[in-house]
Amino acid sequence: MMKRRLIGAIAVGCAAVFATFTAAGPVLAQEDASKGIEEYRKMMAEDPFANPGLLFVDSGEALWTEKRGPKNVSLEGCDLGKGPGVLDGAFAELPRYFKDADKVMDVESRILWCMEKLQGIDTKPIIKGAFSKRGEGGSEMEFLASFVGSKSNGMPMKSQLSHPKEKEAYAIGEALFYMRAGPHDFSCQTCHGTKGTRIRLQELPDLAEPTEDARKTVATWPAYRVSQERVRTMQHRMADCYRQMRMPKVGYGSDAVTALITFLAKQADGGEIQVPALKR
Amino acid sequence: MKKIIIASALVALGVSSSLALAEGVSDKVLQKVISSSWKNPNKDNPEGAKPDWASRLNQGDLQKICSKTRNQPDKKTAAKLEKAAKASIKYPEDGKFLGDWKNGEKIAQNGKGLRYNDKVDGPAGGNCYACHQIDKAELAYGTIGPSLAEYGKLHEFTEAANKATYEKIYNSHVAISCSNMPRFGTMGILSIEQIKDVTALLMSKDSPVNK
Ligand code: HEC
Ligand code: HEC
Repeated sequence: MMKRRLIGAIAVGCAAVFATFTAAGPVLAQEDASKGIEEYRKMMAEDPFANPGLLFVDSGEALWTEKRGPKNVSLEGCDLGKGPGVLDGAFAELPRYFKDADKVMDVESRILWCMEKLQGIDTKPIIKGAFSKRGEGGSEMEFLASFVGSKSNGMPMKSQLSHPKEKEAYAIGEALFYMRAGPHDFSCQTCHGTKGTRIRLQELPDLAEPTEDARKTVATWPAYRVSQERVRTMQHRMADCYRQMRMPKVGYGSDAVTALITFLAKQADGGEIQVPALKR
Repeated sequence: MKKIIIASALVALGVSSSLALAEGVSDKVLQKVISSSWKNPNKDNPEGAKPDWASRLNQGDLQKICSKTRNQPDKKTAAKLEKAAKASIKYPEDGKFLGDWKNGEKIAQNGKGLRYNDKVDGPAGGNCYACHQIDKAELAYGTIGPSLAEYGKLHEFTEAANKATYEKIYNSHVAISCSNMPRFGTMGILSIEQIKDVTALLMSKDSPVNK
């Protein structure tokens, strides 16, 4: 019932947005993208369920509670850091150190871990398909990360830096943030090191310091990306920035990405979680 | 040729290869994370794209220094970097710095090339508009770099300014070490001809940039 209403709203929204993206110049496209987001926002103000990202949350919840894999169990026993089965507020404290894995994990790598250990699922194909392609309507990781993230909505990000491995992950993330490499000599700092700059017309958040920018932008992933018509996760955001940096493909759930997310979580400490947010 | 330049830059800079990037983490730990996170760069990236992807994970000396000092090298190091930048520049054989500004505009607009989803091996773009205002008619410009509107006019169209602009685009570190601008010539992003074309976009009297 509710789902049907959602799909109706998305159909209208997507048609409008899609039309705008075929417009001629980048300025037009950008203005139209902003308008597209504005339209979504208006729709959401009238009806909070009009956020198309909520479909991903619903699908994630269904996946979370479904008995699956060789062990035929659901993910409900997954320990996301606050004890097996505790979902509320768990995302707010990720990435964090997990004793069972003896490493720091972000939400996505932790969900993968639970799939593997709890459900006995071979995660290779899941990792391969983690970033959904156009027309697929979303991937398991996009669904699950949206669901788990939404269970911390309204709560502040609580960066975890007490365990030595958490401190180390932060330091690695910081080093990677400033690491200039590739043919263009880019580091994250090149584009995210100053307040108020933009690439073409895309505003760039300053992520080098604990800023309002960081709190606003980091605490809002996974996000429904209007330009891509689906939810994207923080792992995808990192991979896409590395692509723009002309670096080779970085591994999904790799330690480098976890470290970067640990660094970003510190910069965004205290930011209010709103997942999945609506983004360009 | 390139190898010679790099080798001589190495010597000139007196760099040891084990620069740690940040205070909190050793180079060894960082290298381990990098190689486990980019497991097989050459295999994981599309065939046909010619670059050696794995080599992009190895920082060059300038990249190491600028990362470690967060783009604030001390005076002595800065002077060395600027000298090495200058030494890397190749000049047009015909001695002319200005090419075709119309082609330059296309290069300045083009943001494609050298990413793993850029399947074609065509010439990469300069993507100058990503960071700079240039022709005022183009409203979709970025602000990481300064505005270059009326650049030639402001520099009175002198031959010295043509040369300095060519050099800046070829290797941005000639004037400002640890610049945030890519080294279009030294890193082989743009050819000498292409750099002449974008130089003309900025410096030529006919270019809309100077109207
Ligand atoms: C060449 C420029 C460039 C580099 C280098 C770069 N980014 Fe980005 N980044 C962007 C752009 C463009 C966006 C999208 C902004 C938009 O859509 O409005 C973005 C978006 C982001 C966002 C999401 C912001 C939001 O609004 O939610 C994060 C987080 C981020 N980048 C982190 C990083 C990290 C970490 C690195 C280094 C691994 C990095 N970026 C490197 C250009 C860059
Ligand atoms: C990633 C962003 C970036 C890109 C892409 C970029 N630049 Fe720059 N550029 C900068 C920054 C930052 C500066 C200022 C610092 C400096 O001079 O190094 C600059 C400075 C310059 C200057 C010197 C301006 C002055 O102060 O006199 C020129 C000329 C220039 N850029 C031309 C170009 C051209 C031509 C292109 C495209 C081929 C280009 N830039 C691409 C970031 C960029």
